Amino acid sequence: MAGSSANDAFVAFERVQKSYDGETLVVKDLNLTMPKGEFLTMLGPSGSGKTTCLMMLAGFETATHGEILLDGKPINNIPPHKRGIGMVFQNYALFPHMTVAENLSFPLEVRKIGKSEREEKVRRALDMVQMGKFESRRPAQLSGGQQQRIALARALVFEPELVLMDEPLGALDKQLRETLQFEITRLAHDLGITTVYVTHDQTEALTMSDRVAVFDDGRIQQLAPPDVLYEQPQNSFVAQFIGENNTLEGVVQEIKGDICTVKLDDGEVIDAKPVNVSKPGERTRVSIRPERVEFNKDRLQPGAHTLKAEVMEFIYMGDIFRTRLRVAGNDEFVVKTRNAPDQVRLKPGQHIDIGWLPQDCRALDA
Amino acid sequence: MTDGLANQGASNSPGELLLTTVDGKPLKQALIHAQSRAKRRAFFLVMPLLLFILITFVAPIAQMLHRSVHNDGFIVTEDFGTGERTPIMVNLTQWFDENPPGSEIDESAYAALAADMVVLKEERAAGQAGTRINYEISGSRSLFTKTARNADKLAPPYKEAIIGVDPDWDNPELWTVMRSASSAYTATFYLAAIDMTRDANGNIEMVNENRQVYVKLFQRTLILSLVITFLTFLLAYPVAHLLATLPLRYSNLLMILVLLPFWTSLLVRTTSWMILLQSQGVINDAMVGLGVLDDENRIQMMYNQAGTVIAMTHILLPFMILPLYSVMRPINPSYVRAARSLGATSWTAFRRIYFPQTVPGIGAGALLVFILAVGYYITPALVGGADGQLISNLIAFHMQKSLNWSLAAALAALLLGGILILYWLYDRLIGIDNLKLG
Repeated sequence: MAGSSANDAFVAFERVQKSYDGETLVVKDLNLTMPKGEFLTMLGPSGSGKTTCLMMLAGFETATHGEILLDGKPINNIPPHKRGIGMVFQNYALFPHMTVAENLSFPLEVRKIGKSEREEKVRRALDMVQMGKFESRRPAQLSGGQQQRIALARALVFEPELVLMDEPLGALDKQLRETLQFEITRLAHDLGITTVYVTHDQTEALTMSDRVAVFDDGRIQQLAPPDVLYEQPQNSFVAQFIGENNTLEGVVQEIKGDICTVKLDDGEVIDAKPVNVSKPGERTRVSIRPERVEFNKDRLQPGAHTLKAEVMEFIYMGDIFRTRLRVAGNDEFVVKTRNAPDQVRLKPGQHIDIGWLPQDCRALDA
Repeated sequence: MTDGLANQGASNSPGELLLTTVDGKPLKQALIHAQSRAKRRAFFLVMPLLLFILITFVAPIAQMLHRSVHNDGFIVTEDFGTGERTPIMVNLTQWFDENPPGSEIDESAYAALAADMVVLKEERAAGQAGTRINYEISGSRSLFTKTARNADKLAPPYKEAIIGVDPDWDNPELWTVMRSASSAYTATFYLAAIDMTRDANGNIEMVNENRQVYVKLFQRTLILSLVITFLTFLLAYPVAHLLATLPLRYSNLLMILVLLPFWTSLLVRTTSWMILLQSQGVINDAMVGLGVLDDENRIQMMYNQAGTVIAMTHILLPFMILPLYSVMRPINPSYVRAARSLGATSWTAFRRIYFPQTVPGIGAGALLVFILAVGYYITPALVGGADGQLISNLIAFHMQKSLNWSLAAALAALLLGGILILYWLYDRLIGIDNLKLG
């Protein structure tokens, strides 16, 4: 997990706890540091504490315990309007009684910036999100995607060093979401802004972020770059939450270096990489990504353990084939294969042998 | 019949596009036909309400407006038993028709009056005709009954004979009033309602200063209503905000407290204010008991304008809270948060972001409270004393005590007109479609 206070960190949470009712902790002992310019995503199911963390950083909630530092200075007692943090909300929160230009001009007006400079900055911010033509419209006259572009421009127009985004794309349709994902990351990198992005959409988290913090039950379960998060999940929750995942349950038989053998519940034995199992006899959940499962014997390493499988269902999805198998008593075991000219199309009822590389098969907590 | 598919009629002139259904009927006709059944059913459903409104709302208002310009008490008498209507004062009316205003009241006029007095005595209508004149010159009713009693004894020369019965007949003002009363349609009551009258030559002038009451009362009604509206706004805004921001289960509980006055009789609420406010009441006693006030210096909070304002502000408060609440509830808290994150202090965020979004509710509440306050009757009657009476109390007085219904109708019509003007102004300034009542 993230280390304790690093002096060069731009944003730091130090042993932060939050409780709303004095009985349960919504955020349990949060430690997190972010360097300047990083795009960090807080990802987690609803109620995992990610939005609370964002609100504490923005100043709308106070930490029950612990310290939040911004650029080395504690900000617990600084009111939100003095923190200079830009924020983008899920419902856009554009002021309905103001035009687009007035919305963008608002943060500059409250900072007592002169009229000509204000107009210049508003124009530049609107051009930045390709909304220059819309400055005299009202928010209600814009589509969802346009409104979110304006909200983004408004959060950036006063040139904050830190921008918080609270599920900004949650209300948009898929295609628009993808376009805006790209635009937001591009803007954040071009302008060198430090960004904290909250979402429950794992694809969004993986495609946009430098690092992703996976939240569950008030704690960060894993904080890592997207590829590490996907390929090397630290525990069962992360493995389940990020991407599609096959699990087989069993007991650890033996651990040798970075290979362990696991006896599955139906008696078969497989090799796996021990991640958070420590001793033989422990129960474990073995996690394998669907695209890392192989049933072509020629491609398997010699001596690799194989399992017997029965094909339950074959689904043609265009770019990939998705085959559902029964493996070791689990009939939700999924294999994904690329739609290549030489690819085998399995038929329901067929019996095959499947296998994988031991390092792709991770023995996690039960 | 029509299958809803429309194609464009062939070979139309370029300017006019006539759409037809597939079997060639004009589309508009087909649409009307298709919808007519549904429309008829809808109309039958609203019919009872429509009739109810026509009978209980539109008709009485129309009748009231008519009565404010029409009063035939001086020229027609109605037998309440048979409903038979008999013209009276025929001769005098004829004399007024023949002689323009300002003519000398000569022997012929008195002769006509004497002839009419005989009819009044036969028809026993002297009291009624006198009452009509009495609206404008007090004492005229007894003048009429007395003269009619002696009608048989009158002999030429009539002028001396009638003035002999009562010298008041020589008053030229009386004759002006009788002239205007001799036609059933008159603007007299409207003039009276704005403290004006006609002089002997028929010119419009203000009445004596010590008799000017209505204009002052209209002004007072207007000012007190504005004060009450403003006070309800001040009190209701924080309450509505609290209701709108609390979690629903708490706000529902509080809402019951707001609505509780609605379920209590208006009289009970007003009399409980009397208990609180009177000089031997709870508030004064408490302040004397605490030593804040001397026993001799008890504050007079009732039977004056203060009493009216306090009690009416309380009673009308829910009418301000509810529209405000309905506007504030859907305002997402993220607006204020966004403003704060953009650098606004909480006051700026309120002033520039929250408050403007509540304006439709303020407008609706203010309009509602003001209109209700302008026409309020029971509360000022009970706690208002002499100073705290509003125009509606005077309307009630003319309905119940002086029985001058035409004047009451004229006052009410002016009130109605004033409110319609305000409504129109509101529509021009804020827009009626911005109104949100709940």
